Amino acid sequence: MAGEHIIDLKHVSKSFGDKVILDDINLYIRKGEFVTLLGPSGCGKTTTLRLISGFLAPDEGEILLDGKDISGIPPYKRPFNTVFQRYALFPHLDVYDNIAFGLKLQKVPQDEIEKRVKRVLKLVSMSDYEDRDVESLSGGQQQRVAIARALVNQPKILLLDEPLAALDLKMRKDMQIELKEMHKKLGITFIYVTHDQEEALTLSDTIVVMNEGKIQQIGTPIDIYNEPVNCFVADFIGESNILKGRMLRDRRVAFIKHEFDCVDEGFGEDVPVDVVVRPEDIYFTTDPARCQFKATVNSCTFKGVHYEMWVDTDTGYELMIQDYDPYPVGSEVMLYIDPDDIQVMHKERTRNVFEGKMADETHVEMLGATFECLPQPGLAAGDKVRVEVRFEKVDLLDHQEDGVVAGEVHFLLYKGDHYHLTILTEDGDHIWVDTNDIWDKGDLVGVNIAPEDLKISKSDEA
Amino acid sequence: MKKFFAQAYIWILLVLLYAPLVFIAIFSFTESRVLGNWTGFSTRLYANLFTGDMQGSSSLISAVENTLLIALISALVSMLLGTIAAIGIHNLRGRKKQAVTFMNNIPMINPDVITGVSLFLLFVFLHISQGYLTVILAHISFGTPYVVLSVLPKLTQMNPNIYEAALDLGATPRQALWKVLVPQLRPGMVSGFILAFTMSLDDFAVTFFTRGTIGLDTLSTYIYTDARKGGLTPELRPLMTLIFLIILVLLIVINVRQAKAKKTA
Amino acid sequence: MKRSHWSIPYVVFLTIFVVLPLVLILVYAFQDGSGHFTLANITKFFTDSDALGTFAVSIEVAIENTLICILLGYPAAWILANKELNRSAVTIILFIMPMWINALMRTLATAELFNMLGITLGKGTLLFGMVYDYLPFMIYPIYNVLNKMDKSYAEAAQDLGATPWEVFWKVTVPLSMPGVSSGIMMVFMPTVSTFAISEFLTNNKIKLFGTIIQENINSSMWNYGAALALIMLIIIGISTLFTDERKEAEGGLI
Repeated sequence: MAGEHIIDLKHVSKSFGDKVILDDINLYIRKGEFVTLLGPSGCGKTTTLRLISGFLAPDEGEILLDGKDISGIPPYKRPFNTVFQRYALFPHLDVYDNIAFGLKLQKVPQDEIEKRVKRVLKLVSMSDYEDRDVESLSGGQQQRVAIARALVNQPKILLLDEPLAALDLKMRKDMQIELKEMHKKLGITFIYVTHDQEEALTLSDTIVVMNEGKIQQIGTPIDIYNEPVNCFVADFIGESNILKGRMLRDRRVAFIKHEFDCVDEGFGEDVPVDVVVRPEDIYFTTDPARCQFKATVNSCTFKGVHYEMWVDTDTGYELMIQDYDPYPVGSEVMLYIDPDDIQVMHKERTRNVFEGKMADETHVEMLGATFECLPQPGLAAGDKVRVEVRFEKVDLLDHQEDGVVAGEVHFLLYKGDHYHLTILTEDGDHIWVDTNDIWDKGDLVGVNIAPEDLKISKSDEA
Repeated sequence: MKKFFAQAYIWILLVLLYAPLVFIAIFSFTESRVLGNWTGFSTRLYANLFTGDMQGSSSLISAVENTLLIALISALVSMLLGTIAAIGIHNLRGRKKQAVTFMNNIPMINPDVITGVSLFLLFVFLHISQGYLTVILAHISFGTPYVVLSVLPKLTQMNPNIYEAALDLGATPRQALWKVLVPQLRPGMVSGFILAFTMSLDDFAVTFFTRGTIGLDTLSTYIYTDARKGGLTPELRPLMTLIFLIILVLLIVINVRQAKAKKTA
Repeated sequence: MKRSHWSIPYVVFLTIFVVLPLVLILVYAFQDGSGHFTLANITKFFTDSDALGTFAVSIEVAIENTLICILLGYPAAWILANKELNRSAVTIILFIMPMWINALMRTLATAELFNMLGITLGKGTLLFGMVYDYLPFMIYPIYNVLNKMDKSYAEAAQDLGATPWEVFWKVTVPLSMPGVSSGIMMVFMPTVSTFAISEFLTNNKIKLFGTIIQENINSSMWNYGAALALIMLIIIGISTLFTDERKEAEGGLI
């Protein structure tokens, strides 16, 4: 049973206009699993859910239910039911008629409808509310009715589209527990969409982390938390210190200008990598023999259960540490990290690579604009070229109109001593930038690159 | 297929709806005094309309002037009165607010005939001789509720702190009103004005009952009397055609501007 | 001065020009020519077979007109609000535009068209002309409600197993009722009360209730005219009781 797939998505892609929402998604869901699609808004998680429920059709690829393609089946014939984001309870019907809606359509006998509605109302602890007008219910109560309305049809899969997003924190926590219990009791498959990583970690058997239309990582909550495969996942799930590093050899990695033992192998020797260390995995010690590096505490904040401290290392990096005991600001501390707690990741890229075209000997067209470059002997106007730019060589300017290309800060990571930004240009291209300046997500920026920092070579395909 | 039938249905309805208007427009380009009798293409009726060279021309032209003047004055007064009223209503609470809102709704629910008859009785009762003034007062009474309803939503959408913010930054209440409040309300005031203006242009029944016996004619009462005399003055054909065109162009311009504003917002 | 006091001038204005006139209808309806209280005007209506007949015809025409407008207008509004079937804003403007043109002018144009086509003016042309005049007022509020309706209701119904046809009848139609009732208000009442329009469309053969009110007022029978107006007011009062959700449908004419 555990291995049986109920849903398979194979090479599924979906675009709206020229905007690619899902790009070659491959995913399977096991029978009885609680699967969460997790990601920031616009990552494609809701689109994936709507493809499964049948409100959207994939442009490419297929969706299988129990091994059979269901592309041609309209939503009303699919054995799934959805709990909608804002519940979508019918305002012209009372609680009972909302829940009985699906059963009446199936021409289920009256007395059985009544039995099943009562049973499901009891399941969501709303037994006395049958005759209530849905608009007179609180958010939490509407939520329960929406769940009851979906469950009463005994779907093979329950789809939930950010069902708790509209509730306040306390209510959300309570409902999480109830949902988890319902899943256990009913034994059906739940596919849950959320942008709340904590919710995903609490509820799921399996988490599918998505970003920009691609699946970033699939795994159990523990895998995802402890072994993120890339910076995006590490940053999105929980708090983390993400740092530039260098894999020296198997089980030996250097970062923050110190060397550490780790458990990762197979990266090769002297390879640039990214390193993730969770703030609760950096330990204080008083034993000089255990100390791996020293640091000065520069802030300490009480967070309820633990203290959150920022420290400056003796090598000039900033790290976040969480501990149950506070250390005074200004004190010098000794720190160490267990090899187990160092997560080493392949670098997704080490520099920007753009495709472009020579405009003339000293100008290259790329990113929808023309950049000045050093004279390129041997390249003629019109030649297709590959342009490499190091992350730290991209200049960001305060005003969009001052740059050669205009863009917006799309994503940012603090890497201990600098920021790594993703700039989304107006044409939809990505530029990655390392900078010491502080920017915020959504800032509008102009992008400039000095002529001497463009490394141009003839494109292979030309 | 479904789309084809849907489109066909829509266009058949539109053709039916517009047939009479098109019919009038076509026959505005012939000289015949009797509608439906095509006597060859001519722009003579248009020329007559603009030079005023026709039978009873002075009364038609003065009817057009009256219509525009009454609409302009009553819509302006409605806009001022309605905006001030909306600010007041917005700041009322509970029962009082309900009562004023209810009163504001009455002129909109009332059929024209009732509004006309009741105002007629009022002017008779108060011994006010009917004419220009009474027609304008009557038009203000049915135009202002539309201004109130256009301005109120702007007040609810407005951040309640911006007026206080202006005062906090050193504006006098008068400056805060003109420099902060009014600019925020302007879109609502403008659409209220346009609504009141067109309501006034459109009106026949209320004008009919409140214009008295001094021979005051607006375009609608002129057409009414004219049609009762048997047969429309031919020059009304080009006039109606022009009015259709102006309204169509206005509506399209307003909608295109709105669509653009939405896109850039 | 408190800001709520800004409503005072308007309240005074409404009292004089809206409330007092309506009270005067009531007063005049129960007075005779010399200002004494009487029920004669009311009893006159109920014994006057002409007036009663006109009243019945008005109600009949109004009901028929309203029904035809719903039957023709609902599908049109639905198509206009459906993004897959209609993407052009111009068709919507074309449907709204007649609302902005003087009804008298449009009626005369229609009557002239009938004349030219040689169609005898009567009940048929009256209904046709009425539908022509009032159809946009039915389409617009229904379109407004359908256009603003949250798509997730239809999706939720589909998700629960409703076919597109069932979605339409069990969700879309019930949820668009505020638009329909607002459309009914905007068509039924004006039809009953209209005057001039019916005379032109039937060549004076059929009179509607609005016309006899006008005739009485014009021939200085103010008290009887007021009584008739009072009866119409009562009908309006009754029909507003059935339709209290009109506001959300009407907002945003431009």
